Amino acid sequence: MPEARATISPGLHGFHGGLDLEYHKAPACDRPIGEMPLVDEYVLPLHMHIGAPAIPVVSVGDHVRRGQLLARPDDFISAAIHAPTSGVIQAIEPRGLPHPGGLSAQSIVLAADGEDREAEPLDPWPDYQDKSPVELRARLREAGIVGLGGAVFPTAVKLATANPGGVETLVLNGAECEPFISCDDRLMQESPEPILRGAQMMLHAVGASRCLIGVEDNKPQAIEALQAVIDRLADEEDERRLEIKVVPSIYPAGGEKQLIRTLTGIEVPRNRHVTDYQLLCLNVGTVANSWHAVVEGRALTERVVTVAGGGVVEPRNLRVRVGTPMAEVIEAAGGYTEGVDRLLMGGPMMGFALHEDAVPVVKATNCLLAMRPVDRDPTPPPQPCIRCSRCSEACPADLLPQQLYWYARARQFERSHDYHLFDCIECGVCSAVCPSHIPLVQYFRHAKTEIWSAERERAKAEHARRRFEFHNERIERQKAEREAALAKKRAAIKAAQEKAAAKQDADEGGVPAKAKGNSGAASTASTDDGKSAASMSIEAARARAKERKARVQQGERATDEPDGAECPSDESTERPGGSS
Amino acid sequence: MWVAILVAVGIAILFGILLGLAAQFFRVEGNPLADRIDELLPQTQCGQCGYPGCKPYAEAMAKGEADINRCPPGGEATIRNLADLLEVDFKPLDDELEVQEVKTLAIIDEEVCIGCTKCIQACPVDAILGAAKQMHTVIEDECTGCELCVEPCPVDCIDMVPIEEGVEAYRFPMPESAHPVPTRGPAARSEGLANA
Repeated sequence: MPEARATISPGLHGFHGGLDLEYHKAPACDRPIGEMPLVDEYVLPLHMHIGAPAIPVVSVGDHVRRGQLLARPDDFISAAIHAPTSGVIQAIEPRGLPHPGGLSAQSIVLAADGEDREAEPLDPWPDYQDKSPVELRARLREAGIVGLGGAVFPTAVKLATANPGGVETLVLNGAECEPFISCDDRLMQESPEPILRGAQMMLHAVGASRCLIGVEDNKPQAIEALQAVIDRLADEEDERRLEIKVVPSIYPAGGEKQLIRTLTGIEVPRNRHVTDYQLLCLNVGTVANSWHAVVEGRALTERVVTVAGGGVVEPRNLRVRVGTPMAEVIEAAGGYTEGVDRLLMGGPMMGFALHEDAVPVVKATNCLLAMRPVDRDPTPPPQPCIRCSRCSEACPADLLPQQLYWYARARQFERSHDYHLFDCIECGVCSAVCPSHIPLVQYFRHAKTEIWSAERERAKAEHARRRFEFHNERIERQKAEREAALAKKRAAIKAAQEKAAAKQDADEGGVPAKAKGNSGAASTASTDDGKSAASMSIEAARARAKERKARVQQGERATDEPDGAECPSDESTERPGGSS
Repeated sequence: MWVAILVAVGIAILFGILLGLAAQFFRVEGNPLADRIDELLPQTQCGQCGYPGCKPYAEAMAKGEADINRCPPGGEATIRNLADLLEVDFKPLDDELEVQEVKTLAIIDEEVCIGCTKCIQACPVDAILGAAKQMHTVIEDECTGCELCVEPCPVDCIDMVPIEEGVEAYRFPMPESAHPVPTRGPAARSEGLANA
């Protein structure tokens, strides 16, 4: 059974399930990393990491140099984006993304000037030991470092979420387990020093006491290269914290939880994070770039990309500037072969087919896989599930894919949630072993996004409900306030009218006693008939206004020129016409 | 026998008192069914169902006065949820109502707006900002796309535009074809078996 296969190495612990694949790593893994020549135009999507999209800090027409900040992180979980070469910002507009749905998103378009001038680097910190973990994290954030293994989670955030000083073991992930991909393999072979120096720095940054480097046994040259540097560091600097662990090549040995299980025997349960177990897992490429960022002050502007598959003439690894159009990268690897019909970003198990090759290489692009129909197994149409349970035997996350599939197909997403859909790492093992050729992972991706979408809708509806209730409450309150004000006004009018009546009586009679009696009569009259009292007060007000007007007119007539007398009458005739 | 009758009557009286007390102390304010129905509605407050908002429609459904298929913004999914909750059969959206597939958002043409505040009064969720004789604008995050502001506008400056879904909101479609993978089968299986 698969479990037996996963526990072959002495001292190592296996994980459940997994697959023995044909790896197709050669010939790309045997060729040195090539330099991708500069191109004319670079496209940098503002959202090429997990978290909030970055905010542009340059405007169209600006001249920028390589390594200059183009967009700053917007949120705690976000990452900076830097210019991959020198040139002019041509546009900030929606451009095609490498995305399974072929979507577009806001991107910075940089027209290269071909001179590739460098911006002032960040302050280099060769003595990073003097810096606090907070300063180091700030530097990683400033340099736009994200996880290069594929998840593109901002590294600074990953370090920050680990308990301060609570990490005991740092795990370096060099178990590049997917077929065709060899970018980490080549990096380990060619530049083991930045990786191991970076590991030392990370040990300092998180306060860990040892570092396990997990490398799959199908990368002997990488293991040799790393071991040579580890031995040298042990001799020269008495560095004893670094240790290589060779893990068996079983897909997906490079999954975070799978690698941790293999190396340490700790099985991180669902809803728990690896940091809860004093562990932190980082990709080798991420660590090397973090070292460049801290010690040399270099921002992340390039990465190693494997160009592989039967669809390219010369499969190889290339050091590609972020933002380079994929078509140019394929061109640099000799171009397409005859009959190529599919281009994937990522490997054959977890990658996705691209809609076009004009989209840019982003920080997540570890592999471009061009395929002809002959390069892949034929895809027979899916047959009904026969409940053979091969998928659950092979699932490295210990799930029941057939149940998840059942409910996802029936659109009972809540039930697939109950079967721990969100623990699925989308490794593709279940789809690969299914004798009925059911594309299980696609069902799971569908179910996940449907659940997220439903959650967003629910949250939005809840928000709208609260606002609607508040709106109604406010309308009610305003109505009540208006009525209260009206009632108060009525009372005031009534009082004023009583007072006026009393005064009138007093004026007429001149005897206080009489006025008293009259005011009493007036008040009884007003209570008897409020309407007539109100109309009486209005009459009184009108009379007063008339009187005042007449006084003013008289005054005007006395002071103004003779025809000034006609002005008021003109006004009075004009007004109704004007207001209607 | 008298003893038995007395005991039975005694028990009946005791439980009667208990039920009476329970009815007093555990009285439910409002209608819990209406609240549960309200939770399933999209809360656009558009009034297309013929009721002034989602809550009144939910209350009408709870009383059995309204049908479950009168909510265009909720679409088929909402009708299915309502059918599940109320244990009635699913039925398609009422023919009188227009099926609403794309979610929309109100946008005020700020050049044309005269600042009459009529749309502000019409908005059920206070998503329009502005004052008399001042330009108005829609707070996009708060707009439910109910279209209630469109009709009152005297200068016809409000447009309903489809919401642009970002990358975050992408939904993978239900699959049609399989993913090609070269494989030798499950790890411990013999190759012959796996390739079969």
